[in-house]
This record gives sequence, C-alpha cells and structure tokens, in this order.
Amino acid sequence: MVQIPDEHGYFGNYGGRFVPETLMPALIELNQSYQMVKKDEKFQNELKYYLSKYVGRKSPLYFAQGLTEYCSGAKIYLKREDLNHTGAHKINNTIGQLLLAKKMGKRRVIAETGAGQHGVATATAAALFGFECTVYMGKEDVRRQALNVFRMKLLGAEVVAVDSGSCTLKDAMNEAIRDWVANVENTYYCIGSVAGPHPYPEIVRDFQSVIGHEAREQILEETGRLPDYVVACVGGGSNAMGMFYPFLEDQQVKMVGVEAAGYGLDSGKHCATLTKGKPGVLQGSYSYLLQDEHGQVVPVHSISAGLDYPGVGPEHSYLKDINRVDYTSVDDNEAVKAFQLLCKTDGIIPALESAHAIAETVKLASRLNDNQIVIVNLSGRGDKDVNSMAEIMGVEA
Amino acid sequence: MNNRIDNCLTQLKEDKEKAFIPYIAAGDPNLNTTVELVKAMADAGADIIELGVPYSEPMADGPIIQKAVQRSLEQGTTLPKILDSVKLIRQTKQVPLVLMSYYNPILQYGLEDFVKDAVQTGVDGLIVPDLPVEECHQLFSLAVEEGLYLIQLVAPTTSNSRLKQVVRYSRGFVYCVSVTGVTGVREESNSKICDLTGEVKDATSLPIGVGFGVSTPEQATDMAQYCDAVIVGSAIVKEIENNPDNAINIVSKLVADFKSALAS
Ligand SMILES: Cc1ncc(COP(=O)(O)O)c(C=O)c1O
Repeated sequence: MVQIPDEHGYFGNYGGRFVPETLMPALIELNQSYQMVKKDEKFQNELKYYLSKYVGRKSPLYFAQGLTEYCSGAKIYLKREDLNHTGAHKINNTIGQLLLAKKMGKRRVIAETGAGQHGVATATAAALFGFECTVYMGKEDVRRQALNVFRMKLLGAEVVAVDSGSCTLKDAMNEAIRDWVANVENTYYCIGSVAGPHPYPEIVRDFQSVIGHEAREQILEETGRLPDYVVACVGGGSNAMGMFYPFLEDQQVKMVGVEAAGYGLDSGKHCATLTKGKPGVLQGSYSYLLQDEHGQVVPVHSISAGLDYPGVGPEHSYLKDINRVDYTSVDDNEAVKAFQLLCKTDGIIPALESAHAIAETVKLASRLNDNQIVIVNLSGRGDKDVNSMAEIMGVEA
Repeated sequence: MNNRIDNCLTQLKEDKEKAFIPYIAAGDPNLNTTVELVKAMADAGADIIELGVPYSEPMADGPIIQKAVQRSLEQGTTLPKILDSVKLIRQTKQVPLVLMSYYNPILQYGLEDFVKDAVQTGVDGLIVPDLPVEECHQLFSLAVEEGLYLIQLVAPTTSNSRLKQVVRYSRGFVYCVSVTGVTGVREESNSKICDLTGEVKDATSLPIGVGFGVSTPEQATDMAQYCDAVIVGSAIVKEIENNPDNAINIVSKLVADFKSALAS
C-alpha cells in the first residue's frame, strides 16, 4: 500500500499545513516526535497497557440480534466503542496523544470539543498523566451537553465557553488554535479528530486504528470471513478512519461513511461536507468544506453536537475521490428514530452521533441477505444525549 | 516593473524615516467608509496601508479584529467588492496597498485570477497569515510573475535556519510578528524583538516590518529602533468599533499621532 500521507502531509491532493508561521516549528517537532514513537516498541507497549488496563480494550464485537431481526437482512455486528472508559472512541486517541505529549516534555494540554466526548477524554487522560488541561467548547454545545461540561470540571479541567461565530465545534477549534499560537512553547494541542494540519490526521488515525484492527480480527475469529460492509458516522472522521483504515486493502469490504444531513440536504442546514461541499482550506488542512462561493464557511447544523462541523479530515476527501469509501447522509429525524430503535431492539442507548451510523445500517442491512455481514461502529454511548432526547420527545427526563 | 512598496521604503530609508503601516478590516463598518478611511489615512501620513480581507475563521486574530471581520461580513463584503474599492482608491491615491487575507478566500477566487486582478486594480502586496512557506509555492510563482509582492511572516518561534528559508520567499519586506500570539492590543511590547529583527537583518537585505500587539505611539517608537516599518492593527480597528460614525476623523488623528511619534 502506498504510504499516505506523504512527507508533506498530503493524502492525494488533500491535507497539508495551513497554519500561522508561529505554529510551523511546533508541527515539525510534533511530526519528528511522533515518527519516533510510532516505531518505538516501548512506547507502543505502554500505549497497549493503558488501552487494555485503563480503557478496557478490546471492545466487544457484538452480534446485534435484535437489530438484525428487525432488518431481516444482513447480520449486523456492533463494534462496542461505547463500552470504553468515558463512553466513546475518543479516549483511544487522547491516551495516545498525551503519552506522546509526556514524551515531548509538555506540561499543559488544550483541546476543542463538540459533544464534549473528546473534552472528557482529554480531561481524563490529563488527570491520569498529570497535565494541566483547558478545553474549549462552543457556548451552544455547553448548553446541549451540560453533563459533559460537569464531568470535565470534576476531572480538573478548565472549560472555556466560546461565544464567537456559530458557538459550536469549529469556533471552539479556532479558539484552541489561538491559545496554542500564544502558548505553543509549553502546550500540547490534542486535536480530537482526523482533521487539522499535518501530522494530526495521521496521528489520530493511527491511534484510532485499534478499532478496525480489533474488529477485523474479531469478525474473522467469529465468522471465519471478512464483512461485506463496514459503516461509521463521520464528523471530523476519526471513528470512521479508525474503523476503515485496517480494511482499506481488503477490496471485498465495502465502506460507508455517514454524515449528518441535519434538517435535510436541501435545507442548507446540514453537515454533509463530502456530499455537498467543495475543497477548501479550514483549520490547517485542505479538504472538502461547506462554504459559499467566496470561501466563507457557511453555518451548519446537526442535532448531534459531535457531527456539527463544516469540515472533514483530508484522508476522507481522498478516499471519496478514489471511490474507496461511499459517503452518504442521514438527517436529524432518521437519527432520532435510530436512537430509539437500538434502545428497544438491543437494549443499547447509542450516542446521537453513532445513531446516524445505525440509521444507515438499518437501510443497508434491510437490502442485503442473511449471508452478508455488516459491521457498524458504535462510536459512543448515549447517556450524554438523554436530556436532548427528552426535549425532542417532549417528556421530562 | 516598479512596485509602490519598494519606492516607498527606499525613499523613507534615504530620508532616514520609519514607515507607519496601519491595518483596517476592509468593509468595517462598510466598504464606502473603507475607501474614505484609506484616503484619509494616506493624507494623515500612512506610508503603506494594509487592508484585511474578512474571513469567517480568523484563527490568527484576537477579539478586536474578529469582531471587525464579523461586522464586515454582515455587510456582505467579498473579495471582488474589495478589489472594486481598491480601484476607487486608485483614482486619487497612490499609497502602497497590501491585502491581508487568509488563504481560502483567494483560493476560491482562483489563485491565478486573483493575482492578475489584484495587480490590475492596484494592489501591491499580499500577506497570507495561514500560508507558511511550505505551502506557498504556487501562489509565490504566480505573484512573482505578475509583480505582486508576497510578504512572509516570521515569528519568535521561527528558528534561525528556518528563517533563512522563509525570507527567500518574501518580497517588499519581511513581517516580524512581535509576539508569540494572535493579533490584539497589548500593554507591554516584547523586549526581545531585537533578537528576531537582528536575525532577519543577518539573513536578508529586505526592509523589516514589526507588527502584532503594537498599540501606542510610544510602543511604536520603541519598536522602530529595530526595524524599518511599524504595523498597527487592533488599536486602530478598536477606534473604528467605538466611533463608527466619526471613524474617519478619529483614525486620521491616530495615524498622524503614530507617524509623528515615529518621526521624532
Ligand atoms: C460518540 C461520537 N461519535 C462520533 C463523533 C464524531 O467525531 P469523529 O467523526 O471524529 O469520529 C463524536 C464527536 O464528538 C462522538 O462523541
């Protein structure tokens, strides 16, 4: 397989490093440090130790009996990232990055967060390894995800509510970048998805690939064959990249990335970047982007804070252009229905983000037959969304 | 081909004067006012004028410029409209003009078309704060071909060996970022700026500009010891925010104050 990204951080035409000069030396240093630990057995063993003893890996690959029966089509397996410590895939990445930050001698870590899952995962790893921690979160998300804000505070992190722009994930990321520009010498910026400037898309993908590696092994062990499809939701794209990457060379495995269609693809208020966007530069990398004809980023919407982002990681743009992954979208209503469905069919409350992948899986599996296998990444659990769901359903939580 | 930036900085050097470069966000509070502000600043002694192209994600800017950019975008300011304003300014003024734009607006305009149109309307230089030298090659070659000066930034974090690479891609002057941080008003100026300007001086014969965080005429005079040009943004933009109806008078006076402080 060709080595991607290349030495300049490009996946085909996408990626790169579009950041102020102030940050360039830090990105170069980060890349050097990362390339070293990537090959360092001791580092990798330490990472494995924490993923196993602290995060609780490996996460189960669960045959979803109820959902499979409901669809009466393909067999559906859930990769249970919701069972990780802190309740989502995000911690795979933060443990990896903060171990790296420790090696680099940094004392302070900052992060952006949307749903608050990455913020919680960063605050958790910061408490574990003894870092000072500041998390930037859009004011709108602070409201939507109040439970996670309190969790971060309990874990000792400072949470800064960002009230610029649309007050969501992208604005939190702008503010985190500004903090990093001012404090780059002692601060490690822990990005939560496969977005941002090189080498972040590579680092985050690598730390999340544990999802796909395990899933591949588990399905082979249980069924003796590879799946026909793997499905994951795409916000910035980290849980999807982590699931897809180890299957990329298995040509018989088809892949589906599910974006948030918000109020609908034609409503102009959605986050279907790969379906409706056009390449441009946002927050350090060249990738598909929801923007107007003058290159201004347009307001986006998703019911799920973790998908409410106008950009997407550059490797996804590349995988779209070479037709290796099929990108589709699911709107707010479909996601809400899928959320409720999985609660009833299998007794699992999914994150609203993951519910997008579930919705797509239901459509897909229903078209297939019972000789076929679909693995869907259940990227997180839905406890954080219970209040929003109650609001949507018009009941008191 | 003569570039107005060279003419200006060469003349000032002969006269042993320092250049004063104010920054405003184009379209704040609206483009008509921008045209008048540029003319008034030129009359008040601005040597070169920097016009910010608004972008919805200004990651290198502090709150003052963020708000200005938002006001401008709410007025419907676009890059083509800014170039129209430059055309209007050029009917009466020859002050060198530098556009400061994040990369995406010019990328979506089309790099080749942008460089041509910018030069044709009378833009002299371009600063792209999120385009490090590693990513600038295409824009750099197009700009060199058309005579548009791409001005590179160096920061306190830039190592000496890296700095030597960066200045090779700079034209007109080298922009030294005086602080490790984003744009904004600051109480104190960085006393170590002479380390950075000293390194730049050793690496190139290009003039040196210092900006980011310079807020008062006193700070400007202080900085001027180490450079050829002082750039002031947030302190001016803040006055426009506070006095949208009387911006032209107030900004003219402020520019005159900075210029006379630099002359003394
Ligand atoms: C549970 C869960 N899934 C998915 C996402 C989306 O991010 P990504 O696309 O990087 O996996 C988030 C982000 O907050 C999340 O919390």
